[in-house]
Amino acid sequence: MQKTYYDPSDLKKFGKISEWNEELGSKFFEYYNSVFKEGSLSEREKSLIALAVAHTIQCPYCIDAYTGDGLQRGITKEEMMEALHVAGAIRGGATLVHGVQMMNKVNKLDG
Amino acid sequence: MTKLKTQSLHKRESKLAQANKQLEILSNGIFQNGELPTFAKKIAESNQFPLRPKKLEILQINVGYMCNQVCTHCHVDAGPDRKEIMTKETMQQCLEVIKNTGAHTLDVTGGAPEMNPNFKWFVEEASKAGIKDFIVRSNLTIIRANKKYHDLPEFFKKHKVHVVSSMPHWTQGKTDKQRGNGVFKQSIQALKDLNAIGYGIPNSNLKLDLVYNPSGAFLPGDQAALERDFKKALLQDFDIQFHNLFAITNLPISRFLDYLIASENYEDYMYALVEAYNPSAVKNVMCTNTLSVSWDGYLYDCDFNQMLELPVNSKVKHISEYNESLLQDRDIVISQHCYGCTAGAGSSCQGTVASN
Repeated sequence: MQKTYYDPSDLKKFGKISEWNEELGSKFFEYYNSVFKEGSLSEREKSLIALAVAHTIQCPYCIDAYTGDGLQRGITKEEMMEALHVAGAIRGGATLVHGVQMMNKVNKLDG
Repeated sequence: MTKLKTQSLHKRESKLAQANKQLEILSNGIFQNGELPTFAKKIAESNQFPLRPKKLEILQINVGYMCNQVCTHCHVDAGPDRKEIMTKETMQQCLEVIKNTGAHTLDVTGGAPEMNPNFKWFVEEASKAGIKDFIVRSNLTIIRANKKYHDLPEFFKKHKVHVVSSMPHWTQGKTDKQRGNGVFKQSIQALKDLNAIGYGIPNSNLKLDLVYNPSGAFLPGDQAALERDFKKALLQDFDIQFHNLFAITNLPISRFLDYLIASENYEDYMYALVEAYNPSAVKNVMCTNTLSVSWDGYLYDCDFNQMLELPVNSKVKHISEYNESLLQDRDIVISQHCYGCTAGAGSSCQGTVASN
């Protein structure tokens, strides 16, 4: 029995999800590949966004994939860490901004 | 002052200094137990085995393994301690061939080719042959290493030499990590010296190209995108210009193989190379249009085969017995390191060879 939920070699099998639903799988990968093509944002910028989101959703496959992708694009470790801090700031901010709700409630009940 | 990163495998008396040990690693393990297909088997799938040469276009001459740098990835295992230097006699034999070859490009490499004591004489003589594209692969820091080399930019200009130089990144950290402390600063100064006399300026016929190869166990990204990023950063930060960027994949031999094994990246890297295998790159791999000459005059299908001591499979083995038409009739010698030239958009000393 597999001892962990995640296996790094599963990342290489991502494409296999189409085997159980060809139509939707194909549509997804076509969309996915289109998203990462250069548009108003460069492929490099998109790679950094993907890396930050990967950490936010804590997807080990995505972290593996977009760290490697960033290195291939010449993205430095300093740039990668800055992108993560953006993700961290938004996550932290999302927690703290709800503090206003808490403050409102306290003020209403016990102000 | 450039601080050397490390010592050559030869100096360290590493097992991997021996070509046969490298070939053993490349043939055993995952390639022996069938986990991954051998390169021969892979190219046979698209009926490209045996690999055969096309018309000779590039004559690449390695004038010696001595270098002022000891880069971590170096496939030559070059360094200050390497004493293999082409003699004037062998250079003369090369010149006879250069005068008569059908190749349009002469590509002089090393080590640091400028450290060969007869380098300038050789360039002066070779430039008289009127070859269309005369490349010298300069590591840049040599220009700043010693006063006797400070006139190299002017010397290159006088002989219309096409300068091709390594630059693994536009930042100091990544460059020095691969090539040694201080290399980035010296390289930037050397590029400024070259720019100052017209090298690398748009529309200038003094060609200055850069070679990018990854600083670790990963494959290069898209060559055009990297070129854009290099150009933007070098212009913005240092007011430096150059013409083209060649993205080259690190082949798993010599010091890069040593690094892959020591960092436990060898198998993953070989998997990555095999997964990125692009059959359309095989048609244009550099061994199909290049011949490599070693410091002692022997002939190889490419610089990598030279370092693995895999000579051409031909009756003609040495520059002194050179015969272009006989050499054309040969099977190219291959091993698993060849996957490095067929990954993604392919890789050669002139950069990518196919569209992804």
